[in-house]
Amino acid sequence: MTTTGPAGLEPHRDPVRPRPAASITLVVDGVPVPGVDGQTVAGVLMGAGRLTWRTTRHGRPRGVFCGIGVCHDCLVTVNGLPDVRACQRRAADGDTISTEEQA
Amino acid sequence: MTVETPDVLVVGAGPAGLAAADAARKAGAQVVLLDAAGDAGGQYWRHLPAQRPAADERILHHGWDRFTALRGQEVLTDAQVWLAERHDDRPPTLHVLVGPADGRDRVRRTFAPKALVLATGAYERTLPFPGWDLPGVFTAGAAQALAKAERIAVGRRVLVAGAGPFLLPVASSLLRTGAGVVAVLEANGWPRLAKAWSRRPAELLATRHKAGELAGYLRDLARHRIPYRAATAVVAAHGTDRVTSVTVARLDDRWAPISGTAREVAVDAVCVSHGFVPRVELAVSAGCGLDAYGAVVTDHDGRTTVPGVYAAGEITGIGGADLALAEGVVAGLAAAGGSASEVQRRQRTENQRFATRLEAAHGIRPGWTGWLGDDTLVCRCEEVTAGDLRAGAEATGSRGLRSLKLSTRAGLGVCQGRVCGRTVEELLHRHTGGLLDPGRTESRPLAAFVRLGELAAAEEKEPL
Ligand SMILES: Cc1cc2nc3c(=O)[nH]c(=O)nc-3n(C[C@H](O)[C@H](O)[C@H](O)COP(=O)(O)OP(=O)(O)OC[C@H]3O[C@@H](n4cnc5c(N)ncnc54)[C@H](O)[C@@H]3O)c2cc1C
Ligand code: FES
Repeated sequence: MTTTGPAGLEPHRDPVRPRPAASITLVVDGVPVPGVDGQTVAGVLMGAGRLTWRTTRHGRPRGVFCGIGVCHDCLVTVNGLPDVRACQRRAADGDTISTEEQA
Repeated sequence: MTVETPDVLVVGAGPAGLAAADAARKAGAQVVLLDAAGDAGGQYWRHLPAQRPAADERILHHGWDRFTALRGQEVLTDAQVWLAERHDDRPPTLHVLVGPADGRDRVRRTFAPKALVLATGAYERTLPFPGWDLPGVFTAGAAQALAKAERIAVGRRVLVAGAGPFLLPVASSLLRTGAGVVAVLEANGWPRLAKAWSRRPAELLATRHKAGELAGYLRDLARHRIPYRAATAVVAAHGTDRVTSVTVARLDDRWAPISGTAREVAVDAVCVSHGFVPRVELAVSAGCGLDAYGAVVTDHDGRTTVPGVYAAGEITGIGGADLALAEGVVAGLAAAGGSASEVQRRQRTENQRFATRLEAAHGIRPGWTGWLGDDTLVCRCEEVTAGDLRAGAEATGSRGLRSLKLSTRAGLGVCQGRVCGRTVEELLHRHTGGLLDPGRTESRPLAAFVRLGELAAAEEKEPL
């Protein structure tokens, strides 16, 4: 386990005492990434420890900044459709996420 | 195309919109309440989705019982209002896309309500500093949203910094999500804080619910021995592809960094918030007047300057969830043709005093530009630096905000200046010695990003 960066809280350590939830799998740039049903695409990516998934025109890496749909830093391509805000789009089991072709 | 004509349409299902819709329904009106998010609650009651039930979710919240009572009403979710079409003699017609966020096959709906309540809330104001675009630097609200709705901590060694009481619930949520919090830094010094918060203490009794909430957050900090430092700020973030440390410095009472006080702190995440900006694009499209802070002007019943259009919550000024609730009740009743009781009106006035103190204690001070470098990014979308803005103003000699934005590209990216707009305007104001057309930042014809293809497809199916 890495010791820096974003992390999902394991259910047995979570003080809100989560009840069992269904798991889902996204295919991110061809690689399966597990998540929990109800998470956003950004939630799944960050839960897997990922901090960035896009680069700007000047090559700067970007991920979530505002978390509420305002900044557009977090754009991804979902099932072939570009410019989807990862922090707003609820992930569906089997969604294909591509992080490569974002401007 | 069918146009729906409810008695009252409420946009935004945060505390203000929920309270407004509930009050309007109880007054007998036929109400539609909608929100772009997948769930009701707004920013304050952002919570786990229905697919992820939890036994003790209330420990992340205040006023949870009030929320569970209000959320029972019908809410149209995933409903993005993208255009308010203005009319002279009645509320605007609202165009809405319903479906997964930024999807391409959303359902188009149109509302021409008899009365409209705008409760679109606010978003954060984050001042730029060197390195603020490094991954690992977040708005404080992002940390809050990820903690409450995803159970994700943005980092393991997190610094929370900026201005205002909102930093405290963010630190508490991080702690309850398994993160370590290094410190909470407030830009304002104790003299300003004490002056604003300790004056006329009896007045604050009326808002003791809020005071109790804040005391709870301070107990969390004490229990975990997390320092709360006043007159201190993050003035730079460092790292190559992600933040690994920040420079922290003391500020004077104008928020200018004091030389010789800088020190470096190792972190893997920074959460920054310097206040909030009312989310007014629909109100502006509808023709509603704004005050000097860019908030929608309302009378004691929540009426805006446009007949039949009401506003409640942080769109009318930043004052927290209790004020949003109180304003929602009053505006909802008025929109339904009723009127609020003395007690309901008093709740609104008392909570407004809390908002006044908030601005007096925590409002942004001009010295912050002292931590900007020429190469500090100001506009994240178009990657325009502070130096580019100065050079642009000098080279053209222009004093027009509109023309300077066009020549520098600042604020013209995909977020439409929601993140940097006010900052760009303030910096250009200084470089030009005064802009000729200030305040244009909040005017955006479209309230949301829409795909032209999506609209064209909808038109093919049903001609306008
Ligand atoms: C990210 C963030 C987190 C916050 N967390 C806290 C907190 O934990 N504690 C605290 O005390 N305060 C918090 N605040 C402050 C908060 O704004 C207020 O306390 C409170 O939520 C304001 O209530 P409201 O009803 O005015 O607006 P909000 O709660 O912001 O609700 C506005 C709603 O309108 C919807 N909306 C906006 N535009 C449109 C549109 N065009 N179409 C459809 N729907 C739209 C939004 O999706 C949102 O749900 C937070 C603010 C932000 C920005
Ligand atoms: S993080 Fe800002 S829009 Fe998604």
